[in-house]
Amino acid sequence: MPALLPNDTAALHNGSAMRIAVIDESAARASIIQEGLATLEDCDIFVVTERRGLLARIGEINPDIVLMDLGNPSRDMLEEYFAVSRALDRPIAMFVDESDDESIVASVEAGVSSYVVDGLAAGRIRPILDLAITRFNAFSRLQNDLAEAKGKLAERETIDAAKRILMKSRGLPEPKAYAEMRKAAMDQGKRIVDIAEAIVTADRLMGGQ
Amino acid sequence: MSTELTIGFLPLVDACLPILAKEHGFAEDEGVSISLVKDMSWATVLDRLLYGHSDAAHLIAPLAIATTLGRGRPAQALSVPFVLGLNGNAVTLRPEIARRVRPEGQIGDPAKVGAALKEIAAERKAAGRPLNFGVVHRYSSHNYMLRYWLAGCGIRPDVDVDVTTVPPPFCADALKQGEVDGICVGEPWNSVAVEQGVGEIVLSTAQIWRRGVEKVLALREQVLDEKCEAVQRLIRALCRAGAHFVDPANWDLNSAILARGEYLDGSAELIRRAISDRMLISRGGTTIHYPDFMFQYREAANFPWVSQAEWLYTQMVRWDNIPFDPEDARKAARVFRPDVYRSALLGTGEPLPGASSKVEGSLEASMVVGTQQGAMQMESNRFFDGNVFDPSDMKGYLSRLP
Repeated sequence: MPALLPNDTAALHNGSAMRIAVIDESAARASIIQEGLATLEDCDIFVVTERRGLLARIGEINPDIVLMDLGNPSRDMLEEYFAVSRALDRPIAMFVDESDDESIVASVEAGVSSYVVDGLAAGRIRPILDLAITRFNAFSRLQNDLAEAKGKLAERETIDAAKRILMKSRGLPEPKAYAEMRKAAMDQGKRIVDIAEAIVTADRLMGGQ
Repeated sequence: MSTELTIGFLPLVDACLPILAKEHGFAEDEGVSISLVKDMSWATVLDRLLYGHSDAAHLIAPLAIATTLGRGRPAQALSVPFVLGLNGNAVTLRPEIARRVRPEGQIGDPAKVGAALKEIAAERKAAGRPLNFGVVHRYSSHNYMLRYWLAGCGIRPDVDVDVTTVPPPFCADALKQGEVDGICVGEPWNSVAVEQGVGEIVLSTAQIWRRGVEKVLALREQVLDEKCEAVQRLIRALCRAGAHFVDPANWDLNSAILARGEYLDGSAELIRRAISDRMLISRGGTTIHYPDFMFQYREAANFPWVSQAEWLYTQMVRWDNIPFDPEDARKAARVFRPDVYRSALLGTGEPLPGASSKVEGSLEASMVVGTQQGAMQMESNRFFDGNVFDPSDMKGYLSRLP
């Protein structure tokens, strides 16, 4: 991703493509959101799923809008970056249009937070936010469906399923596959079963099995 | 019929009181049914509180004040009728730095550790790679304690060293990757870094300020007004949880509860260590006992001293580089609500301080203090540099700080 040229930034304010960064540790959910936003015209979408180097990546993307899942532990880091960093050309604030509490409540319900560059017209933000909310909700439904279809899989079974996916897709031996999941869980402060669920969900969405 | 209260929390050892009030039935005894919502960032805990997903939250104290003053987002008045605990954080440095600044096998003296660190900070700054410290949030006691200590040792935050935000679950990894050289964080995250061999503990924050305010129970002011009676019952339940938490007979049981998946989802052994004021300072090294590392109950630890809110406001002025504003100082002071604490515990066996404010850092040794109910002896509450915070002269205090 090359650095933006100054005239790119200027062009943006004349109504050219809106740059949207989707930050989500769940690659599966990020791809669902990306797919939804792709239906909008004049939007460039950048998906970031890696924690390491997150701030540098955001600096490169120089987004107009940042969408981030509420469960992401990096939110505090990102908010501080927006508040104090001079790395971005334009200040970014949390989307807190006080006249529109309902939409914020809907965001929180759906589990998505959004940050918007200063001065962007509400009319341009709204459709994007609405779509993000819809897609987040769709993802939750998908996960619920998955859980039901599997007859409320026991945690052990989920972990085994994820293990098999890793063994198959990455050619890992069984103990290594488990160790990878355990490491991811530790690194992200999550339970192994959460990691396993994400793997199983992602595999489904990506057309595995 | 019991009243339902939803409380948001982050998976940290000091979320213990609401969790134990629920688990041991103290809340139910008071006619309160607690439901807990776990999140992974303070931003989300706060969002839920502000948009009505939760009635109350386990929150870093300065964030309650920052939110009331509208720092970083539109102002919304929060109230703190109960302090969830004092201290319980530590400063952990990358092993090669830790070994240069503290005595072998011990935590150091804050001034001496700071003096040694100052040399390293100067070396690193000269080499164009200034030391970088991770704290959990801009508006956290961790940030203010760390900065207070660094500045008091002649290391200027933002000038000589950088201070950035690192989410607690990523602290160990950030140390390992060299993204940060040190962290100031709550438990179990220092111990996780130690266990992985990527950091060593050099200080506990209780050494920086012996009685420093840490997490609070925060509510929207309006919610506190509407549900005051239920909140008072919750406060009584939290107090009982505090007494239970500090009793050594319960440490095994409570660390096993806190370690469960729906709460901290971590190691009961590490949690028990923090609860019992113990720190394993380096991998394979010594476990030291530092009394009052965590401080959840004694000396009316949960009383929301107005002077603590005012001290936090002075630090906000100091580190946000904003002018001292008497009106903001008054708003910050009003966030802490000793009146609600008192009305909740009147007639119980809990001691109730007679005053709502005190000169912070003024006690060198233990002293019997005046109460309106019960007896209370307070021990030293000093800052490591011997400075004293008199809330009647905040501007003077600020002018005396480095």
